[in-house]
Amino acid sequence: MKLIFEKSREGRCGVSLPELDVPLRKGLLDSELVRDELDLPEVSEVDVIRHYTKLSCRNFGVDSGFYPLGSCTMKYNPKVNEDVSRYSGFIDCHPLQPYNQGCLKLMYHLEKMLCEICGMDAFTLQPAAGAHGELTGLMIIKAYFSDKGEIRSKIITPDSSHGTNPASISMCGFETVQINSDDKGQVDIGELKEVLDSNVAAVMLTIPNTLGIFEEDILEITRLVHDNGSLVYMDGANMNALLGYVKPGDMGVDVMHLNLHKTFSTPHGGGGPGAGPVGVKRDLSKFLPNPSIVLNDDIYEFSNSSKSIGKVRAFYGSFGVMVKAFSYIRALGSEGLRKVSENAVLNANYLKERLKGDYNLPYDSLCKHEFVLSDEGLPNGVATLDIAKRLLDYGIHPMTVYFPLIVKGAMMIEPNETESKETLDNFVDVMKKIRVEIDNNPSLVLEAPSNTVVKRLDAVKAARELNLTYKRE
Amino acid sequence: MDFIPNTESDREEMLKVIGVDTVSDLFGDIPSSLLTGGLRIPSGLSEMEVKDLLRKISEKNRTEFSSFLGAGSYRHFIPSVVNHIISRSEFYTAYTPYQPEVSQGMLQAIYEYQTMICSLTGMEVANASMYDGASALAESCIMAANITKKKEILISNSVHPDYREVVRTYCEAHGFSLVEIDFMDGVTSVNKLKAKISDKTAAFLVQSPNFFGCIEDLHKIEQIVHSYGALLNVCVVEATSLGVLKSPGSFGADIVVGEGQGLGNSVSFGGPYLGVMATKKKFVRHLPGRIVGGTTDKEGRKGYILNLQAREQHIRRERASSNICSNQALNALAATVYMSSLGKNGLRNVTSLCLQKAHYLYNSLLEAGAEVVFSAKFYNEFVVRVENAKKFNLELLNNGIIGGLELGKYHASLLDCMLFCVTELNTREDMDKVVDIFRNLG
Repeated sequence: MKLIFEKSREGRCGVSLPELDVPLRKGLLDSELVRDELDLPEVSEVDVIRHYTKLSCRNFGVDSGFYPLGSCTMKYNPKVNEDVSRYSGFIDCHPLQPYNQGCLKLMYHLEKMLCEICGMDAFTLQPAAGAHGELTGLMIIKAYFSDKGEIRSKIITPDSSHGTNPASISMCGFETVQINSDDKGQVDIGELKEVLDSNVAAVMLTIPNTLGIFEEDILEITRLVHDNGSLVYMDGANMNALLGYVKPGDMGVDVMHLNLHKTFSTPHGGGGPGAGPVGVKRDLSKFLPNPSIVLNDDIYEFSNSSKSIGKVRAFYGSFGVMVKAFSYIRALGSEGLRKVSENAVLNANYLKERLKGDYNLPYDSLCKHEFVLSDEGLPNGVATLDIAKRLLDYGIHPMTVYFPLIVKGAMMIEPNETESKETLDNFVDVMKKIRVEIDNNPSLVLEAPSNTVVKRLDAVKAARELNLTYKRE
Repeated sequence: MDFIPNTESDREEMLKVIGVDTVSDLFGDIPSSLLTGGLRIPSGLSEMEVKDLLRKISEKNRTEFSSFLGAGSYRHFIPSVVNHIISRSEFYTAYTPYQPEVSQGMLQAIYEYQTMICSLTGMEVANASMYDGASALAESCIMAANITKKKEILISNSVHPDYREVVRTYCEAHGFSLVEIDFMDGVTSVNKLKAKISDKTAAFLVQSPNFFGCIEDLHKIEQIVHSYGALLNVCVVEATSLGVLKSPGSFGADIVVGEGQGLGNSVSFGGPYLGVMATKKKFVRHLPGRIVGGTTDKEGRKGYILNLQAREQHIRRERASSNICSNQALNALAATVYMSSLGKNGLRNVTSLCLQKAHYLYNSLLEAGAEVVFSAKFYNEFVVRVENAKKFNLELLNNGIIGGLELGKYHASLLDCMLFCVTELNTREDMDKVVDIFRNLG
């Protein structure tokens, strides 16, 4: 499909603006400051609408079909959240203006609700995404030890952790110590004990982990970590499994982040914007990014802590995303949130049960919101990537592939509570059909997809012959 | 309201297939001492009630006022096409485009975005966006340190205070030393820069137009910075300024970051915004975040993918160039649609309105007795000193106008100085009213 630049015709413009209503003055800027070239497309309004509408038709969202992408919680995004987030009182409110009580009130109460859901004492809403939350949480851990006059340089994380975990650890100047999972896919307590020393600042866990398994020994783990003077960080990406059932704070978690775009359905936006609030226990709250919001005599106010790690982005966070999460939580209420996790876990266990006869299931235990299959033992050279691509032909978005790294050819499947039994059954039928194709007609799978707008793209060529911008011929 | 389709009988059938009696059996792997009885959160609401509740909260803000605030968040006219396109749910309900065959829409839009950003900034490559301008500036320090293998960052004090604070937070986490360079007459003091820069410096960070709206002398700064082998990281916070000002690239910037909110995204109480990041081709492998590239499929058809993923956290884990995972794709899409709609002539028209109107208000305030504070040229933000900024702003508020930002709390030397931002949304009538109120303060 042509680029917007290729549709450009000199002299076209898609917007009309009012006439200048003050006397025109020339020479306001010296000529050495002023640019002569501005290479932007020149198109009409209808050109813009048709171009981007056509592009949207070449994109697949949750509204297009089933999207069982593991650890991403691609649930349905309620439309009411989109509508309320566009109220003029929100989108037109300047971050530095007075008369901002509505925004502060919403943020204050969202923070309180997240504290209740997670069993934490304070939350910051500032981080812009999950990985940004991890970075913020690790900075808080660093500040906590430095405030105590202790230097601890290591963070322990299991081999099943999200890739952002070790990357955030490095970005914060810590060293990653990786521990292996045991044969149940859980933290190997023996190995944990071996690496826990006075240099360990924290243990970073995802619960349920990326195999979709709840750490049965979590209380033992957090006790060991605390006895060592270290802290427990929880990656809350998989919180969709625990709402109203388990509060991370009760497990002994000291610092955690949530992904509002996952658990609280704000949506994913094709890659963002998200929001990654960070929750902490009381002792750590003074280290949260500035400012926090306090309520004094019915007035919501900003407040700064002198021990804060500082700011991690300008202003206060992805406010528009917070509005959607607030609206979502209030719509569901306490009972609704519990039903989310019940149905997410039910849907995942149902799919696991129905698929395990056809595909290898390396960890066959009760799962939470997701589970992981493997391409182990598939005949005719078919691998996970091929199955993912074949799903595209059936109008289903693939699962997360090749993650976690501890499963060969991992297929991580997270169906979510917003999918009906018929949708799940259709997915099972398709997966079984593909399994038959793998035996009887493997080329169909190996060469998939065949009915998408492009076929498999050449990544090697893309990296070798860098083409990152359009250049006019 | 819970958005859950399965009925009780669906659930029973499913439980039977799993081989358990009740849903609580599915939580049997959790230690019973951890199971909570429920959440102290209000009961659920219907759609009508949610809308009513949120409308009432939103109305506790006042957004009908005419406003002269900028300082990192810019009020601009957003053409209707922008919201219509970003409301297409094929875009906003999608994940990051890891499956390119069904994500060509977002991938191509980002490729177009990257092209437009390169054109605005005068750089060769841009990424698919960062969280916001401030975190992009902070990430540019890490990038510069990786490129130069040095750990000292210099930053001008004329950079937005929030941005400086974010840079400080990131530098502390990384163990970089951060040195602030004072401003003189509203712009970076070239003498102080010369005094502090050395061959240990990884990069100098400067914003132009800066926090005070002043346009920095990038030509002079570039000569100093490069003579020490450091990188020049230029930050543009009011992105529309690039519609009229020479690009940072043309002054020799190595990394250009910025806040793209002003390009089609609402002020939205500070977020979500759009972090812009662009650099020279030779540094592309140090660039954090997603980058979209063009390629072909096996039948020779053109297509787009997330390129150079080997830099990223999901492949390289602790050795990644950044931990960044999400970007601001939808905000980048809004900027792309905005720039396409306005095009070359429309954006020039917006910048010309901003430039002219800002100077009209500036000159009118000076004529009415406000004091000149800085002598540098400006685009659409400027500083004036008045006798009592607080009183002036209160009087404006009483008349339905949100005035300029009081700078005293940011810099003690700027007590009673006000930073005004004027855009195409401010009418002559409103500006004349501001000046009248100022005159009548006595």
